[in-house]
Amino acid sequence: MINVDKKYDVIVVGGGHNGLVCATYLAKDGRSVLVVEANDCLGGASATSEFADQFSVSSCAHWLFQLNPDIASAMGLNNQGMQLAARDLSTIALAEDGNHLTINGNNLEGGDISEEDRQAFVAFNKKILKFCQLLAGAFNRRAPKLVEGNLTDRLTLAKLGLGMKMLGKEDMSDLMRLALINIYDVMEENFDNELLKGAISLDSLLGSHMGPRSPNTVYGYLYRRMGDIFGFKGPAVVKGGMGAVGQAMADAARAKGVDIEVGAAVSKINIDVDRATGVTLADGRVVNAGLVVSNADPKTTFNKLVGLSNIETGVARRVKTLRMKGDAAKLHIALDSLPAFKGLTEQQMGQRLVIAPSMNYIEAAFNASKYGEYSQAPAMDISIPTIHDPSLAPDGKHVMSVIVQYAPYELKEGWSDKSKEAFKNLVLDRIADFAPGLRDSIIASELLTPVDLEERFHIHGGHWHHGEISLDQILMMRPFPGASQYGTSVDGLYLCGAGNHPGGGVMGLAGHNAAKEIIKRGQSA
Amino acid sequence: MTNKYDAIIIGAGHNGLTNGAYLAKAGLNVLVLEKNSYIGGATVSRELYTDWKYSNCSYVCSLLRPEIIRDLELPRHGLQVVPYGGGVTFKENGDYFGNHADHERLLREVARHSKRDASAYERYEADVMKQTRLIRPFLMRTPPDPTSLKPRDLKELAVLAKSFGSMGEEGLADTIRFWTMSIGDFLDEYFESDVIKSHLAGSGIIGTALGVYSPGTAYVLLHHYMGDVDGSVGAWGFARGGMGSVAAALSASFQSFGGTIQCDAEVDQIIIKNGKAKGVALANGNELYADIVVSNLDPKRTFLKIMDEGDLPSDVVTKAKNFKIRGSSGKLNIALDGLPTFTGLPKDSPLCLGEKHFIDSLPRMERAYDDWKAGTWSKDPYVDMLIPTQIDPTMAPPGKHMMSVFVQYAPPKVNGEDWTAEDKAGFEKTVIDQISNYSPDFKDLILHCETRTPKDIEDEVGLTEGNIFMGELTFDQLLFNRPFPGYAQYRGPVKGMYMCSSGSHPGGGVMAAPGANAAREILMDLKLNNTVPGGYDDD
Amino acid sequence: MIPHDETMILETPFYSRCLAACEINLWEDWKGYRSAAAYTSVEQEYFAVRSNTGVFDISPMIKYRFTGPDAEAYLNRLVTRDISKLGIDRVAYTVWCDDNGQVMDDGTIFHLGENDYRLCAYARCLDWLMWSAEGFDVTIVDETAEIAALAVQGPTSCSVFKNMGFTGIENLKPFGINRYPFEGSEVMISRTGFTGDLGYEIWVDPALAETFWDRLFEAGKLWGIRAIGSAALDMLRTETGFLQAGVDFIPAEEAIRTGRSRSPFELGLGWLVSFDKPVFNGRKALLKEKKEGSRYAFVYLDVEGNKPAEHAFIYAGSKEVGTVTTAAWCPTAKTNVAFAQVDAQYGKVGQELVAEIYYERELKWTRVMAKCTVIEGAVFNPPRKRQTPAPDF
Repeated sequence: MINVDKKYDVIVVGGGHNGLVCATYLAKDGRSVLVVEANDCLGGASATSEFADQFSVSSCAHWLFQLNPDIASAMGLNNQGMQLAARDLSTIALAEDGNHLTINGNNLEGGDISEEDRQAFVAFNKKILKFCQLLAGAFNRRAPKLVEGNLTDRLTLAKLGLGMKMLGKEDMSDLMRLALINIYDVMEENFDNELLKGAISLDSLLGSHMGPRSPNTVYGYLYRRMGDIFGFKGPAVVKGGMGAVGQAMADAARAKGVDIEVGAAVSKINIDVDRATGVTLADGRVVNAGLVVSNADPKTTFNKLVGLSNIETGVARRVKTLRMKGDAAKLHIALDSLPAFKGLTEQQMGQRLVIAPSMNYIEAAFNASKYGEYSQAPAMDISIPTIHDPSLAPDGKHVMSVIVQYAPYELKEGWSDKSKEAFKNLVLDRIADFAPGLRDSIIASELLTPVDLEERFHIHGGHWHHGEISLDQILMMRPFPGASQYGTSVDGLYLCGAGNHPGGGVMGLAGHNAAKEIIKRGQSA
Repeated sequence: MTNKYDAIIIGAGHNGLTNGAYLAKAGLNVLVLEKNSYIGGATVSRELYTDWKYSNCSYVCSLLRPEIIRDLELPRHGLQVVPYGGGVTFKENGDYFGNHADHERLLREVARHSKRDASAYERYEADVMKQTRLIRPFLMRTPPDPTSLKPRDLKELAVLAKSFGSMGEEGLADTIRFWTMSIGDFLDEYFESDVIKSHLAGSGIIGTALGVYSPGTAYVLLHHYMGDVDGSVGAWGFARGGMGSVAAALSASFQSFGGTIQCDAEVDQIIIKNGKAKGVALANGNELYADIVVSNLDPKRTFLKIMDEGDLPSDVVTKAKNFKIRGSSGKLNIALDGLPTFTGLPKDSPLCLGEKHFIDSLPRMERAYDDWKAGTWSKDPYVDMLIPTQIDPTMAPPGKHMMSVFVQYAPPKVNGEDWTAEDKAGFEKTVIDQISNYSPDFKDLILHCETRTPKDIEDEVGLTEGNIFMGELTFDQLLFNRPFPGYAQYRGPVKGMYMCSSGSHPGGGVMAAPGANAAREILMDLKLNNTVPGGYDDD
Repeated sequence: MIPHDETMILETPFYSRCLAACEINLWEDWKGYRSAAAYTSVEQEYFAVRSNTGVFDISPMIKYRFTGPDAEAYLNRLVTRDISKLGIDRVAYTVWCDDNGQVMDDGTIFHLGENDYRLCAYARCLDWLMWSAEGFDVTIVDETAEIAALAVQGPTSCSVFKNMGFTGIENLKPFGINRYPFEGSEVMISRTGFTGDLGYEIWVDPALAETFWDRLFEAGKLWGIRAIGSAALDMLRTETGFLQAGVDFIPAEEAIRTGRSRSPFELGLGWLVSFDKPVFNGRKALLKEKKEGSRYAFVYLDVEGNKPAEHAFIYAGSKEVGTVTTAAWCPTAKTNVAFAQVDAQYGKVGQELVAEIYYERELKWTRVMAKCTVIEGAVFNPPRKRQTPAPDF
């Protein structure tokens, strides 16, 4: 709880997972830290909510597959009661005819996969993971400055450079090429199987405003696969939903002495001339601190909490031009019984199911979003968590959680009850193509468009990653040039959210890196 | 006639001729082979309709390196480049945006559409010029190999690093953003007016199989801005007599150094013996010999067609297969009975001298790309239309005109099938109808129309898929990545075999820099004195 | 049908009168407007301002209007001066910077009423003004074409206005604003200008422009009034030490080469920077510069001899330390003046430097190494410029 009379060393605005990670590390360093969270639960987009009577669901992120193990163990998350109901799940690329392709690690089954594709997939995985391994070296530290960098930055660059050289001439040149191109071409170069190409493509662009043909999507894929470097051999289902991750992190933070208050929205980050001095809460309370760390996305931080009028025009322009318009919607379905997907056993339905039958399918779905329309045939990532964790629904009943793409934040006709209903029906119909009879068992359903996600999680544009993960918005360009090392143009104001290097996903690294940077700067922070 | 030369160059396009000229200037006995009965490759003026000359492939000139023009004495050999100004983008509502040649006049025109954009325009120009200045010094340099530890590569890398470093931390970040962003996102950071954005965005997609919202297209814009006419960076001009006069002047220069050109001589195979290039075998069965064989064909044709897989390291074959060279452009060359009028634009407006476009928003341009992705030509295309005869009187009889219409997008195959006559007619009609919407008398003035699909361009010129740049101009295929990593220094994988085409750094457009840069590398390997000039300093 | 703008040359509201006055037909382009470079003789026009009254048509100046509850806060964040201290009916000269503390442009801000301001600048800057407006409740309108303006400058200018019936004009303080009824409308007169002399600028409805011109010249007959062009103005501004964007510095956003832009301190305009107010564009960078020192100094040089040091290199001993941006012989001050950008350490008043001057006589070029001394500032700075009430001449 907030101690208003106390001047904290640090106030963290927002109790998302990165904020909690950052707070914990800072508290471990001996600082007095307060975390204020607008919502009643902690974890931010790593949340569980009851969307229908007695039915709960991971209301934003629904798989755990990228949490950094060093952070998890440093925070002692396992001791805090976080349990995985299932892990290392397969991804099953659904085919309308029921001849699905199952992807698990290096193994491919079904979907008429050819021997050539099997072999190519093993080689492909090997190469991708090699590249991910290299990237990992840049993920758990601040993004280096290239020109004005100090010794730390030069060491990071040297490490990266050496890593590149160690790849060998061939792989090094391949990385330079691949990181810049689109997943479509890479898929065409490597594989024949449409389901495989579609499933991998989907992974390269989930949560972003890109199609398989958009250059940069290979980077998106490498980003996704970082989870493999962090010990995940596939997505995991968290017992109690993703909210349990947030809860465990909050408990870990409290254990280190962090004060946390929920239901406490920050209305303003206070600035005295050149320095952040604390926050003003929506209820009018003012809390002072030596440093303010914002876990909110960069747009929300500067537009709403700092106010663009309180920063210089150049930075305001950077904030405005930052691209973060979400394209992913969430659909939650309460089911009377387990649905029947053609060609899937119950065990298989517990895996990650994707509807991305071909790259052109996804590309066509993406086309719509460029013009402010939702996809007529969307791509999907489906989870039925209740197969592994019955606690989310009443006995025998089930919950289905679906990430649907593309549903543009700025829908031309606007997200009204009518357009939401129409889109929801379209999505349900599409799922029913694979799971006939689905509609008969629906008890309740909830569609969260990017606008809803924005409102619920206070993320501008409803963009999971707090900013498009594209080559012009990564590393020293994330969130924007001049603010890439967690510090901002306002002294004493730091950013620790997914909008910063290395980016989004329930990974924890942005929060970790921000804490490290603040600790490193010490007195001068 | 001898069949033994010091060097044989395959393809008498402008880069082949340039390469030949510099090798011949160094004293080598050089032969340039051309499959067609005429030289120039995509740099040609062809009389396909009596008394009309068509620049039926490339049609304007800006990138041609001034160092080469001067050094090879191209003006003395007949080349005259006449700059043109102006340009118009017509709006659907009957208005237009005029790209006036005079800067202040242009800003007033921009202000007519948006006062804010008029002041943003100067920031835009300065920012693009920053990028242009950064890249121009590297056009006449061989890219370093970042994986190499050779002193020369390290030195060149240091030059590159210093140059980029001089931008400052934020400047460098902005540079990287520029090189990786989409032209649409880039322009959105400057302008609010749709028509101004679409007018400028054209340069980001010409010849490119990407849409205005595809990351990487901002650089393509730069590729169209980095040339100059008489030091006016970003300006474009007509080669008097059509683009063929560029080839003619290069050929005259080449021959003045004792070089030989042989037309109707299609190369079937590069002869490799004991891991060394030995010459070429022609389609007619003849064999010609040289220890230096230079391919001016694109990387795909070079490695997959006229070389034997067995003669090549496997990585090269894979890389050539994966090389992105996509047909995305078509062209209409039209003989006109008179000068067409354009709705809303006075006939004598100086704007008419420049290029015209008939698409007025980024979403419309993006939809044009969606059509291409779906395997068909754009139903509402981006066209870059010019009537060079308004400035160049040599291309049509007095009072008559020649119109060059570059069309983006057209696929190499239609829905996966070869172009049929019906498809081609449909494509032609699409383009002519679009122009007619803004020029009511246009259709009646047409005397002859040559319509060229990517397939036609490939068949005639030999550009794979009809890609005008001999490979996409995306960062994965630029600088040390062009045509592929490890082979960006013009040397092929076989000793004595070189590449001098636009598929190598610095890429396509009638620039002649790849040809010159390749010559410098060859002469270095032969330990001969360099005959290739260095680049001019912009400062 | 959409009205197409085929106007190749814009005309100011005073154009008919300028045209009639322009005996030597010497024009130039000022932001698209036809503007007289000289009317009769540059020298006579120059002396009109120093001895009588000169009238310069400043209608092409870019003018923006700011209204709305945040107008003052907005301007205070935009520019380096503290605008909250600018009273109503007062004018302030200021610069504005980018985030790096580099000067984007200079101009004058007119405080017309509560949260109602006008900015006059040489260059268009709406884009930057709009970006700067994010987060403020302010309305910005380009009113360049809606206001006709003249600079009426010189020792007799006050007398001319009095003769026009603008009573009390002599009590208008420098940088003050008065309003007078005129032909059923109103004319706004500010005691401002670009000549360093006693002088005014008038702001009037374009519909009344020609009438105003006629009445002004009628009233000024006895006081030697005449129209002056940009060539004379350039001499005047040099003599009085006024900088010109694009000549004496490159606006920051137009600078292509790294390091070519300048901060207010480096332009000798540090007095315009107010650190007493919170965030404004460039504040952080300028605070840092103030602490760590500037790269360059902008100096006024008294150059030996009578050859203008145009484009001259400046040396300290044998070391090249800068270049001249503006240079002219000043006919009133009888001084050979140059403005130069030099390395910071050579900027102190009294510093001896050398200018490498090239000049041509009948196609023969001669080089002189002229001694020069860094001086305080304007070589022409008469008391009449400041006196209130304004003196009669």
